[in-house]
Amino acid sequence: MDIAFLITAAAILAGAAGAMAARSVVHCALCGVVAFASLAVAFLQLRAEFVGFAQLLVYVGAVAILIVVALLLTRNFEATHEALSFRPWALGLAIALLVSGAVVSAILGSGLGVGAPPSAPPPTVKAIGDLLMTRYVVALEAMGVLLTVALIGAALVALRENGPGRPAKPGEQGSVAGRLEE
Amino acid sequence: MNAITPYLWLIPALPLAAAGVIALLRQRRKTLAAGLAVGSIGLSLILSFIAFWTTLGGASQGHGGPAHDTSRFVWFALGPTNLELGWVLDPLAASMLVMVTLVGLLIFVYSVGYMAHDENFTRFFSFLALFAAAMLGLVIANNLLLLFICWELVGLTSYLLIGFWFHKPSAAAAAKKAFLTTRVGDIGFLLAIVWLYAQTGTLQFYDDGAGCLEHSALTRLVTQTTTGGLGVATAISLLLFCGAIGKSGQLPLHVWLPDAMEGPTPVSALIHAATMVAAGVFLVARVYPLMAVHPDGAAEATTALQAVTWVGALTAVFAASIAVAQTDIKRILAYSTVSQLGFMMMGLGVGGVAVGMFHLITHAFFKALLFLGAGSVIHGVHEEQDIRRMGGLRRWMPVTFATYGVGMMALAGVPLFFSGFWSKDAILHAAHGWTVSAAPFYLGLCGALLTAFYMTRQVCYVFGGAYRGGAGRAATAHASRRDTPHESPAVMTAPLIVLAVFAVVLGFVGTPVWPWFQGYLTGESVEFHASALLSREHWPMIALSALIVLTGFGLGWYWYGRQPITSPEAPDAIERYQPTFFAVLRGKYYVDEFYARTVVRWHAAWAWTCDTFDRWVWGGVVYAISAVVVGCAWLTRALDDYGINLGFDRACRQIARGGQAGSRFQSGQVHDYLRALGMALVVLLLLFIWGDS
Amino acid sequence: MGELARYLVLAALLFGIGLAGVLTRRNAIVVLIGIELMLNAANLNFIAFWRHGPHPEALTGVMFVLFAIAIAAAEAAVGLALVIAVYRHYRTTNLDQIEEMKG
Repeated sequence: MDIAFLITAAAILAGAAGAMAARSVVHCALCGVVAFASLAVAFLQLRAEFVGFAQLLVYVGAVAILIVVALLLTRNFEATHEALSFRPWALGLAIALLVSGAVVSAILGSGLGVGAPPSAPPPTVKAIGDLLMTRYVVALEAMGVLLTVALIGAALVALRENGPGRPAKPGEQGSVAGRLEE
Repeated sequence: MNAITPYLWLIPALPLAAAGVIALLRQRRKTLAAGLAVGSIGLSLILSFIAFWTTLGGASQGHGGPAHDTSRFVWFALGPTNLELGWVLDPLAASMLVMVTLVGLLIFVYSVGYMAHDENFTRFFSFLALFAAAMLGLVIANNLLLLFICWELVGLTSYLLIGFWFHKPSAAAAAKKAFLTTRVGDIGFLLAIVWLYAQTGTLQFYDDGAGCLEHSALTRLVTQTTTGGLGVATAISLLLFCGAIGKSGQLPLHVWLPDAMEGPTPVSALIHAATMVAAGVFLVARVYPLMAVHPDGAAEATTALQAVTWVGALTAVFAASIAVAQTDIKRILAYSTVSQLGFMMMGLGVGGVAVGMFHLITHAFFKALLFLGAGSVIHGVHEEQDIRRMGGLRRWMPVTFATYGVGMMALAGVPLFFSGFWSKDAILHAAHGWTVSAAPFYLGLCGALLTAFYMTRQVCYVFGGAYRGGAGRAATAHASRRDTPHESPAVMTAPLIVLAVFAVVLGFVGTPVWPWFQGYLTGESVEFHASALLSREHWPMIALSALIVLTGFGLGWYWYGRQPITSPEAPDAIERYQPTFFAVLRGKYYVDEFYARTVVRWHAAWAWTCDTFDRWVWGGVVYAISAVVVGCAWLTRALDDYGINLGFDRACRQIARGGQAGSRFQSGQVHDYLRALGMALVVLLLLFIWGDS
Repeated sequence: MGELARYLVLAALLFGIGLAGVLTRRNAIVVLIGIELMLNAANLNFIAFWRHGPHPEALTGVMFVLFAIAIAAAEAAVGLALVIAVYRHYRTTNLDQIEEMKG
């Protein structure tokens, strides 16, 4: 057992567990950040440095922030009093256990990767860039379009509807709670 | 063949057409109705005269007998055979045609006056014309079936006319009684028709040698015998005579004729005196060859003719005795008609067609005269019919009195100048010479005596003495100043005069001096023997008849004419001497009551039995079947309602509930959906991992 | 347990935890976090297979994961925008109370 792997694995799992089990939603988000960061470390361990940094940039830098902002925008002031989970939460847990158990047993029973990993030169950014521009260029462009559409779509969906309510006024001063209410 | 014979059918057809047209007229078209009826029968009279004229010079057929001129038509075809009907023109038919149309015309004219105030005037003339058509058809029929059809039609019109004033219960009952009683006789008639057809294969009377009254058929009939040793010819003849008994009111079935006086007086005159009741006599005359045929050609009377004679003789005396005690002017004449019909039957039996038919013809005229005179009397005393409430009418109604007197003398048989004398004398003469028995002769003498007696009684009551009517009557629509009797109008008295003339004149065609009528009917030639009256054969009979008549007149006058009857409640002369016997006569020998106790009661019981059977047995079957059907229907409905509907409804409800159960999966909760996804994922994983191994 | 197996087991466990959270938690945003975790587990799987696979120089796994990360980010954005829109209407992010699609 590689000690580095164990620490990384522990961090990932702890972060994930915390993200799922924490009482306060902000704690969930922060534990999620821990999990994402640990995953980036795992990627680095696997000699996929570009992916690891991309993970950090995107997940920790964007997605996590997004989640936190969304959390703040959707503050439920009575949230602490209610139950965190559905009534029959055992069923969900059982399903998750079943799934993971099945996969784990399949993995262990398949005899995968017993030997040493093949050695290979670590990928350079140039190689990745080459591939992106040549072989995966269509996917790249499609991804661009997708991201654009997602951006516009998200903005549209989250936009306040025009109606009897007052429109959003930029630069309006007020309490944090009032702003958060918008 | 005669030129008129193919057109003979017009004679009954014209009144039939008139009847049809009148039936469609409105009630107020009285003049048109009367004109149509009188005109049609007048035309028939002219045609009948022409037909009569053509038969006068008719040569006799080879084997002695009158000429029969026939014409036939096909009624309908039954497979290969045709049912042919037809008519015949012979002296018998021709004389009847003239008599019926002449008397009919006179009575039609009389009815115009008699029924002038009746609101059902057009209906009356429609029925009268229909009757005339049926009677004329009966007379010329050459086929027993056609004769039977007309026979029944005549019976139908008799029913319609007897019950003309149907709102009177007595009239309706009398009509029904007439119809049913004649029906009883008609059963025999129908059986005879069927039997005759079965034996001879034809119902045509005269068919160029093939008819049922002609030689070949008769010889075949007379040689066969049926059950009990009775000859077939005799049996058929007796059955035919049954019909005649019913229609002519002979002894067992006479009960309907007196009740038939409920009809209007012209109806009584035409139908129940002159023509329809004579149809029975005519039938016997028509089938006389069948009745008189002998197996070995012997000259003595056959069984059938003997039966005819006895029935006729007994009826003559029986009815005459009842007439003596009656108080209704028309009832006396009705019983007189029954009695005279008995005489006619007796004449047919003992003397043959000529003797019987001569009396029929003369009787038609004077009896019609008497009835019309009675109608005039009834009209004159304002609808009173009881002779005890009349009297002294000779003062107010001279024409009626004179003509009635002529008719009465003709009926009684006053010698030499009245037709009734000659015809009755011929009958008595033939009865005297009857080889079988002398009893009918004595019965005939008795009948003649009674006839003279009761007619004298009637004339004394009605025309003699003082007027007994008007007093003690309740106030009616007639005002007191019109209480006195009055003479009838000319339209009613003119036919009386014409008939009176005939009642006198007709006798002269049948006297022994010149027996023209007898010769005409039998097809022999006759000569004028001036001294025949004084021959040994004839003068004793004439003297005896005269004696009988005078005795009757004398007795009648002695009891009823000598001391005028003063009050309506005064008892009858006979009643004073023999009250019980008089009561029996008055009660018509209680024949009606006897029939009511026996025949009518048995028939009612049988009808009740049939009705109960029909109601409970057949009705029960029908009810059971309908109950089964209804039960099946109920079962089907129950099955449909509970089985199918319920099952179907339940199934639908289960589907709906299933749908409701199914929709619970759509809880709207995201986590439920996710959990489902998770379960599917688990299953899929397991399938993948362990499915291959 | 080989190296590949270790990473695979890790990924499986991570996936299971993510799934557990998704199926259990009531807050919509926590559910989205769980979904992100599941996506990350898959990415880890890809990278592990790439590293220990036959042709690492083809960079297939890396490509895949890059695109997956990008798509996951876009999806997270849209998803959170939806949650905000729903929150604006229902005034709650509690999935229990959003059941208008109940059939």
